[in-house]
Amino acid sequence: MTATEISSNEQYNFEVVKKFAFMAIIWGLIGMSIGVYIASELAWPIMNMDIPYITFGRLRPAHTSSVIFGFGGSALFATSYYIVQRTCQARLFGEGLATFTFWGWQAAIVLADISYMLGYTQAREYAEMEWPIDLLIEVTWVSYLIVFVGTIMKRKQPHIYVANWFFLSFILATALLHTFNNLAVPISLFSMKSYSLFAGTQDAMTQWWYGHNAVGFFLTAAFLGMMYYFVPKQAGRPIYSYRLSIVHFWALSFLYMWVGAHHLHWTALPDWTSTLAATFSIMLLLPSWGGMINGIMTLSGAWDKLRTDPIMRFMIVALSFYGMATFEGPLMALKDVNALSHYTDWTVGHVHSGALGWVAMITFGSLYHMIPKLWNTKIWSEKLIGIHFWLATIGVLMYITAMWISGITQGLMWRAFDQYGNLQYSFVESVAAMHPLYVMRAFGGMFFLTGMVLMATNIMMTIRQGGRAAAISPAVKLASAGV
Amino acid sequence: MFKHEWIETNIGLLAVLTMLAISIGGLVEIAPLFFLKDTVEKVDGVRPYTPLELRGRDIYQREGCYLCHSQMIRPFRDEALRYGHYSLAAESQYDHPFQWGSKRTGPDLARVGKKYSNEWMTQHLVSPRSVVPQSVMPNFPWLLTTPLDYSDIEDRMRALRQTGVPYSLNQAEYNANVKKFGPDTAKLLDITHARQNLIAQAEQGDYDGDRSHISEMDALVAYLQVLGTMVDFRKYDDDAFVKYR
Repeated sequence: MTATEISSNEQYNFEVVKKFAFMAIIWGLIGMSIGVYIASELAWPIMNMDIPYITFGRLRPAHTSSVIFGFGGSALFATSYYIVQRTCQARLFGEGLATFTFWGWQAAIVLADISYMLGYTQAREYAEMEWPIDLLIEVTWVSYLIVFVGTIMKRKQPHIYVANWFFLSFILATALLHTFNNLAVPISLFSMKSYSLFAGTQDAMTQWWYGHNAVGFFLTAAFLGMMYYFVPKQAGRPIYSYRLSIVHFWALSFLYMWVGAHHLHWTALPDWTSTLAATFSIMLLLPSWGGMINGIMTLSGAWDKLRTDPIMRFMIVALSFYGMATFEGPLMALKDVNALSHYTDWTVGHVHSGALGWVAMITFGSLYHMIPKLWNTKIWSEKLIGIHFWLATIGVLMYITAMWISGITQGLMWRAFDQYGNLQYSFVESVAAMHPLYVMRAFGGMFFLTGMVLMATNIMMTIRQGGRAAAISPAVKLASAGV
Repeated sequence: MFKHEWIETNIGLLAVLTMLAISIGGLVEIAPLFFLKDTVEKVDGVRPYTPLELRGRDIYQREGCYLCHSQMIRPFRDEALRYGHYSLAAESQYDHPFQWGSKRTGPDLARVGKKYSNEWMTQHLVSPRSVVPQSVMPNFPWLLTTPLDYSDIEDRMRALRQTGVPYSLNQAEYNANVKKFGPDTAKLLDITHARQNLIAQAEQGDYDGDRSHISEMDALVAYLQVLGTMVDFRKYDDDAFVKYR
């Protein structure tokens, strides 16, 4: 046992994996806390407190950046570095470069959050970082690509494992999207402020090509990579269908890039573009469900694990939410449905059933599996994982139910006519109708955040426990060597 | 006979083919928008923002207004009644970045200009619930007390000029603007007179009701009051823009 521990620590670079995994937890706490806070601001506007730095408009990008790039991004760095090493049976390429990706990435998110609160923003959703931060991300990302591909090139297995295809696709796509969506002219070299290179329609199209593929590659392809390693590992069974993974990988990579314009239905974007996007959105259902089916069916023959293993429960519920969100997405991409759903809370609910239900849940499952292995120990409390699971599930359900009701209510109120053919409701009546649902959403968020706090506690105790064992083990090694 | 195994065992091939798969969609949907001339309608009246409006637009972005307010009216009967004529691509042709938005926690603002008085706008921004009790908008009292920083207004206009906005730096560009927008507007787009123009518009417009200094409120209200007012739709038939859709 001791011998394999030593060799695996030398064989693999787990230092950087540990750092990223730790920061994923921290960013989860930060990002979700901000989320609960801004949800409360919408329910009780007094919470804006007349302080510029914490008003909804400045904190919202801090929420999205912290959860997507901080929590999700750090989790992806951690798991991709872990998976690529284990599946290639090779140590991470570029020791210093890998460490640089850690510091570069963390610095970018800290700077982004601070700069939003101070009012620096490109005012493009999910790409709010101003140009100096964009450059830092660009350098970090290219380093990530080099480390990742370099490790694959060092592999001792002829085959590149399927999880790594998804990670590669995610790294390449993110590089492409980040580069082209952030083309901007700074007002001077000494100012954070810049103006987007494109205007109006072209700018809108570029932004939503980016925006939707941040979802498609950052929040989907990459997390499928995570799924393709940790679900079979945790289930102790091979992937259900290798052929399905090939087909849905290529279809997903190809189709996703076409669908961004469904965020711009009925706008001044030409009809041909949004029709094309709607068509591809429908087709995208197939590869999305291909991934879901492949994940869930991996458990066939081991369904009893759902009763006993809370980690497995996280993973399967994550896949279920993935299937549901990727069904809802094409539905909302239909022009007639979109006419009702666009601009409403339905969109917000949809994003969160993907982000909380799929992304966060598969991350929780994967981190619960990986972290004890990294620190050579067992999870501190299995029971706490079970409680976390229920808090998270109830939280997501409250959140998306509130947003479905509020979104559809908004959509219907805005288009309602009275018997004389006048608008039935003023806009602010629809705002007032949202209040109870915004309260319910905030409570859903609090449930989810409470689960996250339990997880952080559980993980910190696990790490401490692992640290203590490591402190003892040198003595054991000496003893066993007969010194 | 092709075998997928070739790709699975060759990282170079895998990377190239993946790159190919992810590049096509964007190329097909984005690139033509820069070349098809029907993408942006031919319409009179749309001009770049004046220096004061531009600073107002910067503040609009800084406060994250776009996260709760759209600026894109869709071609539906209810939106026509609530907000006015549907938005044209031409109306945001100088918007770097676009501010169409994706969410209406508050109402659309694409045609909010001239619908409310400056006094109402200022009061509503300082304390929304004093005029609309059910509103959930934050108060923005600091806009009224913070003096507007226009020290780098020329830098801002020069950067926008580089992106293609017709702010003029020399006589030839100025003349072109006279031809395109008329002499009054052309003067406002002259970068070398940006500062005087900004001060003059703020003093003349008196947007925040306080002539003693130029506040951020002056700029933001000036911007909001011009939104959607540039095109005179009375000059066009009801279906004049259908062919562009």
